[in-house]
Amino acid sequence: MTTETKTPLLEVRNISKYFGSVIALEDVSAFVRAGEVTCLLGDNGAGKSTLIKVLSGVYKPTDGEYLFKGDSMHFDSPRDALELGIATVYQDLAMIPLMSIWRNFFLGSEPTKGAGPFRMFDVDFAKKTTSEEMAKMGIDLRDPDQPVGTLSGGERQSVAIARAVYFGAEVLILDEPTAALGVKQAGVVLKYVVQAKQRGIGVILITHNPHHAYPVGDHFVILRRGQIYGDYSKDQITLDELVQMMAGGADLEVLTHELEAATGGGESSSAGG
Amino acid sequence: MTTEAPKAETPAKEDERVRQVGPIQRLLVMPGTGAIIITVLLWVFFAIVAGGNNFVSMDVTAAILNRAAPLGIMAIAVCLLMIGGEFDLSIGSIVGFTGMSIMILVTPTDAGGFGWSMWLAVIVSLILALLIGMGNGALVVTTRLPSFIVTLGSLFILRGLAIAIARQRTNRTQLGNLDEVEGFGFFETIFGSDIEVFGASFDIAILWWIGLVVLATWLLSRTPWGNWIFGTGGAEDSARNVGVPTRRVKILLFMGTAFAAFLVALIQAVQFTGSDALRGTLQEFNAIIAVVVGGTLLTGGYGSAVGAFFGALAFATLQQGVVIWGVDADWFRVFVGGLLVVAVVFNNYIRQLAARR
Repeated sequence: MTTETKTPLLEVRNISKYFGSVIALEDVSAFVRAGEVTCLLGDNGAGKSTLIKVLSGVYKPTDGEYLFKGDSMHFDSPRDALELGIATVYQDLAMIPLMSIWRNFFLGSEPTKGAGPFRMFDVDFAKKTTSEEMAKMGIDLRDPDQPVGTLSGGERQSVAIARAVYFGAEVLILDEPTAALGVKQAGVVLKYVVQAKQRGIGVILITHNPHHAYPVGDHFVILRRGQIYGDYSKDQITLDELVQMMAGGADLEVLTHELEAATGGGESSSAGG
Repeated sequence: MTTEAPKAETPAKEDERVRQVGPIQRLLVMPGTGAIIITVLLWVFFAIVAGGNNFVSMDVTAAILNRAAPLGIMAIAVCLLMIGGEFDLSIGSIVGFTGMSIMILVTPTDAGGFGWSMWLAVIVSLILALLIGMGNGALVVTTRLPSFIVTLGSLFILRGLAIAIARQRTNRTQLGNLDEVEGFGFFETIFGSDIEVFGASFDIAILWWIGLVVLATWLLSRTPWGNWIFGTGGAEDSARNVGVPTRRVKILLFMGTAFAAFLVALIQAVQFTGSDALRGTLQEFNAIIAVVVGGTLLTGGYGSAVGAFFGALAFATLQQGVVIWGVDADWFRVFVGGLLVVAVVFNNYIRQLAARR
């Protein structure tokens, strides 16, 4: 983990996004460096989804600056961001369940051999590469012909991540990759996040689970009601503090008191450290 | 039943649940396997019950293949479209429409036609067919209406046009004497000739059918287009998100079904030296039955051209078998419906095996 103060790979400065009278994001700044993981945390409605869509080029920010390798950027579509190497892996994964892993892996960017009307899908290359890339992620693919639909949620996530990495992603934006997963599967996906980071990719991990974020993250940006609520590097914060921040700190204490009153008193330890 | 110990680095792979599958099981889980088995079973059944009526003979084999070829040609294109996630109910009407357009264009002017040469009439009719397919496709992708509705509209419009225009111009809905038109000889050789094998007469259309199966199989399995067709039918939005031109794929597939219908219209016009405005009626359903019997999923994203080939062959075997068996032809539809239901149940069972491997 080289954390010298180099230019961030991707940075947003003072981003705001309004939908009519609704303020979805207000004055939000965040960055990710190569080989680091920045975690965006927040509860439902905190503005995480809006921020991802700004980062991946789906939304144009109403105000603020978007920098890629120090250069100001304006994206018209997610395609523009993708071409620069900013890949987003959405929760629904953009995978076709009935298709085999290797067909999914190269869908839309098929390697070809031959020329003219006889340009063929290089099937052998596709199968071999899929197996190799998955092996780099630490997955030993038994059979690249297996339909994606037969994979577990964690395995599907890792195929999607491996695909993004293979097609030259320098920044990987992961939208709640562990949300729908069991404990063990979530651990598997987090391991691939670390793998990607070790390969020099800047990872932006969106989650509402501080227990998933803390072990892999280098920076933690906590969003609340569309604004930055906290911004820490790992040495500035402990897991317990992060949990506390996520839960809303003071709000949680109020809630604890209310619950205590409602249940007729008694010590509660749910407020954490 | 692997004896390999799970690797420590791969906790996600439940290796203890992985077992090796042999080549036979791999074959069993291909989409067309059900149709192959059904075709063989049907043939064996009729060989037993209708064997005394010469079911097992070159003549009957030729009759089965001659029946299967036009259906099969359309089934291949419908199969590709269905894998791409759409239906085309208008192909039977396109057969009638383009068949009549060829005939009206070549019919002498004193009989209400245009008096064109065969070449010109065929080329113009081909362009018409492709435009119809493009129109169907463009309407489906721009309105996002179900293709079932859009092409149901085309079914009626085109059939109506075929009858109305023919009647208005020539006062007839059946036109003949194509063999008297300039340029007929060439087309007869390519589309209408017979090939004698051991005394039985096989239509050259069978070669077109087989050629299209090979082409479609190559397209699906070995080209980027094949990947795009599977992706478009499997999950259209996901496919578009990764850069597949799903609208173009769909429009081209609709043009493919229209082309197949045109090819059948041309083959039959040459074979019968004429056309009937009602030709191709109900063929859209027969083609869908052949494709579904062939293991292609009605909902798209899964299927094979080889399956569609055997689906059409099973259909024709049943059709011919019932005739040879001597059962009243009234019963034929009962058997077709039964075949469809049995085949779908059977294919579902096989697909479950596929999912379990």
